[in-house]
Amino acid sequence: MNISAMQQARVAAPAAATTIKMHTPEPSFQEREFAGTVGTVTVDNPKIVSRNVNVYYGDKHAIKNVSLDVGANEIVAMIGPSGCGKSTFLRCFNRMNDTIDSCRVTGEIRLDGEDIHNQKLDVVQLRARVGMVFQKPNPFPKSIYENVAYGPRIHGMTKNRAELDELVQLSLEKAGLWEEVKDRMDQPGTGLSGGQQQRLCIARAIAVSPEVILMDEPCSALDPIATAKIEELMDELRANYTICIVTHSMQQAARVSQRTAYFHMGDLVEVGETSDIFTNPRHKLTEDYITGRFG
Amino acid sequence: MLLLVLLVLSAGGYQLGRRRSLAVSADDGAAPGQRLHSLPSYYGFHTALWTGIPALILLALWIALQPIVITQLVLSDLPAEVRLLPEARLNLVISDIKNLASGNIVSAQVDPAMRAAADHYLQLQAISSAALTVVVLALALGGISIGWRLVSPEFRARNSVERMVNIFLVASSSVAILTTLGIVLSVLFEAIRFFQVVPVTEFLFGLHWSPQTAIRADQVGSSGAFGTVPLFAGTLLISAIAMVVAVPIGLMSALYLSEYANRRFRAVAKPLLEILAGIPTVVYGFFAALTVAPLVRDAGTSIGLNVASESALAAGMVMGIMIIPFVSSLSDDVINAVPQAMRDGSYALGSTRSETIKYVILPAALPGIVGGILLAVSRAIGETMIVVMAAGLGANLTANPLEAVTTVTVQIVTLLTGDQEFDSPKTLAAFALGLVLFLITLVLNVIALYVVRRYREQYE
Repeated sequence: MNISAMQQARVAAPAAATTIKMHTPEPSFQEREFAGTVGTVTVDNPKIVSRNVNVYYGDKHAIKNVSLDVGANEIVAMIGPSGCGKSTFLRCFNRMNDTIDSCRVTGEIRLDGEDIHNQKLDVVQLRARVGMVFQKPNPFPKSIYENVAYGPRIHGMTKNRAELDELVQLSLEKAGLWEEVKDRMDQPGTGLSGGQQQRLCIARAIAVSPEVILMDEPCSALDPIATAKIEELMDELRANYTICIVTHSMQQAARVSQRTAYFHMGDLVEVGETSDIFTNPRHKLTEDYITGRFG
Repeated sequence: MLLLVLLVLSAGGYQLGRRRSLAVSADDGAAPGQRLHSLPSYYGFHTALWTGIPALILLALWIALQPIVITQLVLSDLPAEVRLLPEARLNLVISDIKNLASGNIVSAQVDPAMRAAADHYLQLQAISSAALTVVVLALALGGISIGWRLVSPEFRARNSVERMVNIFLVASSSVAILTTLGIVLSVLFEAIRFFQVVPVTEFLFGLHWSPQTAIRADQVGSSGAFGTVPLFAGTLLISAIAMVVAVPIGLMSALYLSEYANRRFRAVAKPLLEILAGIPTVVYGFFAALTVAPLVRDAGTSIGLNVASESALAAGMVMGIMIIPFVSSLSDDVINAVPQAMRDGSYALGSTRSETIKYVILPAALPGIVGGILLAVSRAIGETMIVVMAAGLGANLTANPLEAVTTVTVQIVTLLTGDQEFDSPKTLAAFALGLVLFLITLVLNVIALYVVRRYREQYE
């Protein structure tokens, strides 16, 4: 898919999948005051619903009472200056913050209406449903094949080698990497270029067939060409997955996302349709940030 | 005393150089220190170095050469018949003179020629030390004046001080290297002397070890056999037992500490584990000999096995315990060196902690862990005290851990302790053993370091 096709898809997207409502309460939640946040945090058919999320690192209050919905098959971009908490908030969705000792999360996060902090919910299952791609490509020091096969193996998703081979190929195809690596599947994944490594990580995440993919600045270590490839890929992936992306590049947010959330010092300042946020920001902080006055 | 004076002079030189540099720059009408090339303190250090270094070098040379020169002078005054004595006798005469001079008891009655020589010796010493003081002080003062003279705004004091510091550092590091070289060479030469008596092939491949040699030609029975295979077999057996104990325990404790334990537990447990490394090996030795060995023997007897009271098993087990901290802290380091991104990547795919350890962390850390284990093996092979106390002396060629075996290090100790003549094959054999042992541990260390280094590069 080329760039112009991408743009067409983006224009068509909001109407098709996520019509944004004005402040309509979810049936399962009481109407709450989302004080401080400008714009509408709720969507029509939410995949993830978060309410009053607070995150503390020791004594530091990193995320302050943030509520945000992520609609199914939509790409939500989270932007904001460094240290504003956007990555921390993203990591709440697959409970990656659990791996940090001093980190404490309160509030309610629901995936398909199911509380992810529920005792009965296995965090391992959650992370299989909510995949993640990190800022720096982090392929395992194994072969390309083994990198992709890792997830299906630990979850016992395939019965035999042939099925696994097929799944690996499918995942690499979806990640747009198959043509480049099909002849060297047994070579180490760390030997690929940065952009290829990042697409390998995406293939690795796709291989466990998640419903949501979290991307934490996936292109910040890549050159513009690799970045363009990843962005194109994200737009294709949107058909099957819900994607949350944290990015420092406002152009990237504008290019790939349907909705944008602006974070500042742990607060969710403003959220809205991407086109609105970038052309017509309502909050002073948002305007200052996107016009490049700080951050 | 002289050293103290030199130190004071150098301190004075520092002050003088500093002041001078400030004064020189002020002469030009600029603010103090303004137009100097280097900071004033560098001029101070430069002057202090000029004061101290030449004087120190002279002092060291003088002290090293003084006895030789004085002895030669005294000797040349001795009667001709004494001078023409053979080397060994001459040395006796000289030590007699020295004893006489320092007022110690002398073997024979004092004859007047010796008395005179002793007086001459004392006199020369007095002259020498007086001259030393004068010359060193003169040199120090001369150094001050040179340093003083050199101070000028254009002079690059910082560069020359830094060059001196550089030379110091090179000299210090070469001391360590030269010492190693010296040890290797001395062992090598003694080993070559041994191999002139006993062929290398017999030494390396002989199956019989019995190093008793005849002292007199007519003695019977002790012809001496220098086949080292039983010794190396014993060393390998004990080291293997030690590794069987140390590797699983060390590795698992490292995994627990780095992956599972919370920070507070880790802060307490890690130093505690490393205390094991701080226990003197002699203490391990009697722990092995007095506690573990009888325990092993009794346990063996109770299930009907015949266990030697100095079994390889007991020595190996205790050695393994000694090595645990090696394995665990080295593995802990490499496990911690696996980037957090690897763990995050694995967790984000929904793998549990143990899956992450099994499939991601251990494979990534494996080269480093192997390197650490190799280092521990070379430590085990070279370990002496535990096996001296807890392993036997009989050179049995056996693979049965319940029997007594002996090791290379134990044999070196028994060959060299007690009164020995240092040119018999028996004592020279110790050097040959030492050489082979050194080569083995050297090769192991080189492999281990190579493996560890290659692993490090992977993530940096």
